[in-house]
Amino acid sequence: MEDLSFRHSTPRRAGGSRPMAIIGVVASGNLEVLAERVLADTDCLLEIKTAAPGFGEVWKAVVTDFVDRHSPGGIRFSVNDGGARPDVVSLRLAQAARLMSEDDR
Amino acid sequence: MSHSQKVASWYEASARTRVRLLLDPESFVEFIGPELRETSPHLRLFDLPEQFDDGIVVGHGQLDGSPVFVAAQEGRFMGGAFGEVHGAKLTGILRAARDLKSVPVLILFDTGGVRLQEANAGELAIAEIMRAVIEARTAGVKVVGLIGGRSGCYGGGGLIAGCCSALAVSEQGRIAVSGPEVIETNRGVEEFDSRDHALVWRTMGGKHRRLLGGAEFFVDDTVQDFRDAALALLASVAPFTVATLRAEQERLEDRLRRFGGCRDAVEIWAAQGVPDARSIPAMPADAFIAIADKLSRSRRDAR
Repeated sequence: MEDLSFRHSTPRRAGGSRPMAIIGVVASGNLEVLAERVLADTDCLLEIKTAAPGFGEVWKAVVTDFVDRHSPGGIRFSVNDGGARPDVVSLRLAQAARLMSEDDR
Repeated sequence: MSHSQKVASWYEASARTRVRLLLDPESFVEFIGPELRETSPHLRLFDLPEQFDDGIVVGHGQLDGSPVFVAAQEGRFMGGAFGEVHGAKLTGILRAARDLKSVPVLILFDTGGVRLQEANAGELAIAEIMRAVIEARTAGVKVVGLIGGRSGCYGGGGLIAGCCSALAVSEQGRIAVSGPEVIETNRGVEEFDSRDHALVWRTMGGKHRRLLGGAEFFVDDTVQDFRDAALALLASVAPFTVATLRAEQERLEDRLRRFGGCRDAVEIWAAQGVPDARSIPAMPADAFIAIADKLSRSRRDAR
């Protein structure tokens, strides 16, 4: 296992009002993303526990791209990864951001 | 429920999706949700990834306007296996039902059995859950199992399912204790060839369990079918008494007398009077349900 952490500044707060969302399953080639609206509007934190050590640079690139696209200000993303490929990681992060952008029921 | 939700495949859905679509819309409230990070204390020691809910979703909601407790295993996380936290969450919800006496429990099984990395804790959890099921049923609570996930219902999950008030199973929902590979490893390939998938399905699959009386209902692989079955079972389960247990013992003895000499599930179906027993595995769900209902209405006085 390897633990990674990426902190970003974001230009704006993530839309929507949901306090929490979860997507995905921890399985081979898959991952779960837990999103929580717990940070200041200009902060974004991604904490990753991955079963595949040694891919920090790839994670950094995927996370940077995700933050640039979605500006998920105020959200902490916690990831449990079962060895997902970068495209699956991008998809799950985008799904989590999408869920958070919905209004709280 | 929208049309697409009604026909959604139970087998393909995640535990969370099953719960959301099974219950009345927006009614589910989770206990010990993923944000509490009540993860396994053992997996990290084995350098294995955790899941925030430890592979089981528990909570309460409404089914057709009535309150229910629900527990759903995620069969894709470690094969839906029972670890310490996973098991404790199911035990907790069963004990809550026991204390309240009036709210039924739906268990959405999807499990290969005990998680080997936390074997002792997992085995203890199975024993605690079986006791909790029986205590809840003794207090008057209906405990209904729904089985149709990719991991089936194996090992200790099969034992717990056997303790439930009633079960509904789909074709994909295999029910057994020892899995195919375990039997082959211990007894030899002559006893059970785990690579013979047709053999595995006709021995452990939902159709055979329905015909043998191990499951009360056989359902097609949709959320709507499981929902209808859960409502029908909750409305028809008999009270749990000594007479119930005696009737179950009698049912099992009778089954052994009638089919104990059979060498294959097909022989059992033929002995039961299925017209063309070999056609059962490939038969569509509605045709199979019609045959099964004609042959044997499940006994409602036993279990």
